[in-house]
Amino acid sequence: MDLKEKLLSSYLVFEDRVDIDSYVHNLRNDAIKIFEEKGFPTKKEEAWKYTSLNKILKEDYSVFPKQENTIEYSDVKKYFIHDIDSFKIVFIDGKYSSHLSQTTHDGMDICLMSSALSKPKYRLVIENYFNKAATQDSLPSLNTAFSSEGAYIHIPKNKLVEKPIQIIYFSTGNESANMLQPRNLIVVDENSHVQIIERHQSLNSNPVLTNSVTEIFTNKRAIVDYYKIQNDSLNASLIDNTFIQQKQESVASVHTFSFGGKLVRNNLNFYQNGERIDSTLKGVTIIGNNQHVDHNTLVHHIEPNCESHQDYKGIFDENSTGVFNGKIIVEKEAQKTNAFQANNNILISDKATINTKPQLEIFADDVKCSHGCTIGQLDESALFYMQSRGIPKKEAKALLMYAFSNNVLNSVKIPEMKQRITKIIANKLGVNIGFDL
Amino acid sequence: MSNKYTEDDLREELKTKEYEYGFYTDIASDTFPIGLNEDIVKAISKKKEEPQWMTDWRLEAFKSWREMSEPEWANVHYKKPDFQAISYYSAPNSKPKYDSLDEVDPELLATFAKLGISIDEQKKLANVAMDVVIDSVSVATTFKKTLGEKGIIFMSISEAIKEHPELVKKYLGTVVPQKDNFYAALNSAVFSDGSFCYIPKGVKCPMELSTYFRINQAGTGQFERTLVIADEGSYVSYLEGCTAPSRDENQLHAAVVELIALDDAEIKYSTVQNWYPGNAEGKGGVYNFVTKRGLCEKNAKISWTQVETGSAVTWKYPSCVLKGDNSVGEFYSIAVTNNFQQADTGTKMIHLGKNTKSTIISKGISAGKSQNSYRGLVKISPNADNARNFSQCDSLLMGNECGAHTFPYIEAKNKTAKIEHEATTSKIGEDQIFYCNQRGIDTEKAIALIVNGFSKEVLNKLPMEFAVEAQKLLEISLEGSVG
Repeated sequence: MDLKEKLLSSYLVFEDRVDIDSYVHNLRNDAIKIFEEKGFPTKKEEAWKYTSLNKILKEDYSVFPKQENTIEYSDVKKYFIHDIDSFKIVFIDGKYSSHLSQTTHDGMDICLMSSALSKPKYRLVIENYFNKAATQDSLPSLNTAFSSEGAYIHIPKNKLVEKPIQIIYFSTGNESANMLQPRNLIVVDENSHVQIIERHQSLNSNPVLTNSVTEIFTNKRAIVDYYKIQNDSLNASLIDNTFIQQKQESVASVHTFSFGGKLVRNNLNFYQNGERIDSTLKGVTIIGNNQHVDHNTLVHHIEPNCESHQDYKGIFDENSTGVFNGKIIVEKEAQKTNAFQANNNILISDKATINTKPQLEIFADDVKCSHGCTIGQLDESALFYMQSRGIPKKEAKALLMYAFSNNVLNSVKIPEMKQRITKIIANKLGVNIGFDL
Repeated sequence: MSNKYTEDDLREELKTKEYEYGFYTDIASDTFPIGLNEDIVKAISKKKEEPQWMTDWRLEAFKSWREMSEPEWANVHYKKPDFQAISYYSAPNSKPKYDSLDEVDPELLATFAKLGISIDEQKKLANVAMDVVIDSVSVATTFKKTLGEKGIIFMSISEAIKEHPELVKKYLGTVVPQKDNFYAALNSAVFSDGSFCYIPKGVKCPMELSTYFRINQAGTGQFERTLVIADEGSYVSYLEGCTAPSRDENQLHAAVVELIALDDAEIKYSTVQNWYPGNAEGKGGVYNFVTKRGLCEKNAKISWTQVETGSAVTWKYPSCVLKGDNSVGEFYSIAVTNNFQQADTGTKMIHLGKNTKSTIISKGISAGKSQNSYRGLVKISPNADNARNFSQCDSLLMGNECGAHTFPYIEAKNKTAKIEHEATTSKIGEDQIFYCNQRGIDTEKAIALIVNGFSKEVLNKLPMEFAVEAQKLLEISLEGSVG
């Protein structure tokens, strides 16, 4: 039985477990129909031209974890940014882990999607926001159909959330292969500010497929900083669908750090529904060893006087494949838009591949839009310079690559987070040097 | 030059211009019934007195075409032509339309005047092998003699099929195979005529070859087939098209151009396309679906230059397959769309050999309610060590009802590849216009000036005499687009 059929029949089982009279259940029913009709995307679709899901769909995933699993904090401490105080929402095999988490209802809601979906006091927010940003594409629809758990964050007006929020999904791998479909909803009201770190981590080498959907709503003048750390094991695959609806004068940024995983697909969509909005999309990808990372971004400029900045850096070693497909749409009304996009890549190995397609669709005339895209190598003369000054070749290379990705790291606003990423990069490049010399 | 221009010049010019429209009486021939089937393909082949291998070749293409469907990926929207409602063999416009000059559309006359193409001027451009009706015999023979001395073969492709079957057989369809795409397959099955050019080893073609230079072959109609072969170490510059507006009645044009540059050869192919773009309301106009591709062997170079101002819908991607080591591909393009025109154009640079280089400069100008897209592919294969590409796509938007789009695909599979791509979109700055106004240049002129500057990089690549006309053409195409 292929995965699509399995999911469709699992849906009937799933219906038995959830409240089928709820508002959300109608959405689920519609969504499963869309998925049934569209199926998994194939390479024939323009948006999936360079990424094939065939390999990862072959596994026999169990759609619902059979047993409850627990893990000790000491075993997984390293996956947290543990040197700062933070709110934590932690899931193990898709189930909420209360002893690893630290949630709150004090003046804001940092809690679970399952409780938000079932409790009446959240009903209004759910009806106003749930599934309002996600598209009707097959994978987000599949997630909507099975949506039951995930992070629910609602920050009311004029609130500065002092601690970052960490959302971590662990997969224990106690079952042979797991499929997870977390669903996050983040609503930030006027003038509020929040920082969120999201991570998916599997704890052994059994295959995992995560199809995640995150919807973020930034209301007037809200500020959201979102960081995604993708450093999973080589058998874990992630399809991340993130949708961000911005209202006027809000500022949203998403940083994606992709170092691990077998296949990672990031569908990152920004919709600017208001004037003077600022959107930032940045990413560093450093991969090797048969890995495949695909960044598929969309910035939709709908109203005037907005800005967007994109900067994606990639370093590709061994037989890895990198894909970048960045789309900027500027609608007719969106005059005075400034949209910038840069995608720089370094190929280290002969077997590595990079496919990139920066795409502009512009319907307004008074705009400044540009994109740049490069593929190249490390500068030989720079390497020689460093070597002649006693820096070994390996370290010299690492320094250059670090410098190459530094633009993206510079805009990370949590210092501890920056340090952590720096360490991961050093680790990934196989050197033991601190880069902040 | 325009002050010397008299009404007589104009009249004379118009008479000769008619030839280029295809208003040519001699080959008034029977028109085939509409529709397309195997019999029609056979009949076309028979009409052309083609050998059996050519008929089979056409039939093979037709067979593949039937199994193909029309591509829909391009960023253009139009009513699909009904392929069974077209007559596949007819001498286009086989009767003169007008008896006297007064009947000619005054708009057209005005355009001629603006373009300032006079017979005298053309004659002066002695180095262009341009066929002019009044003295066609003499001019043509002179040029033919010069070319013949060098061993250059330049004739219509139907003649070539008969006279040089070995060359045609060897190269036809090698760069653009019959089943390459929907329109190429259609063209392969039904092509009516086109040009054939062969430059022998080590020969530098002494003049710019032009498609006007086609003796007794008026307009080749909708399905044109061009094959240019530059043998080892040779050079040729080839001009196609015309700056004068062509009011062709044919809705659909599906041409195929194949260039083959053998070791150390160089081909420069320049196009000016100004087919009827439809009226200001977007009615009518030509659909231009063209497949153009060149193959570069070792150290060879192919350079495409195009100025696209006409056609209601353009679908055109002149490409280079850089097969040989050290080969070079270039693409310089200006695409102008106004009113309701749609253009989806660009190039493909396929790097297969080592140390191959490609340059892409694309300038898109959209005005009115038009949509202008650049679509390109740069592909570096695993064996293409030290491949180098530079791409630049700039778009200029005039007015807020048009659109400019870029779809660049970049695929690199070799670590030594160096690829740069940059694209910008902007409008003409108010400060720039103000600056010009201040110095007594009116807005319309100022725009022309700025557009000219914007396109300079590409205009410079055109053969000199062509560049002058192309420059004027840009002005005319954008006339009235500034409100």
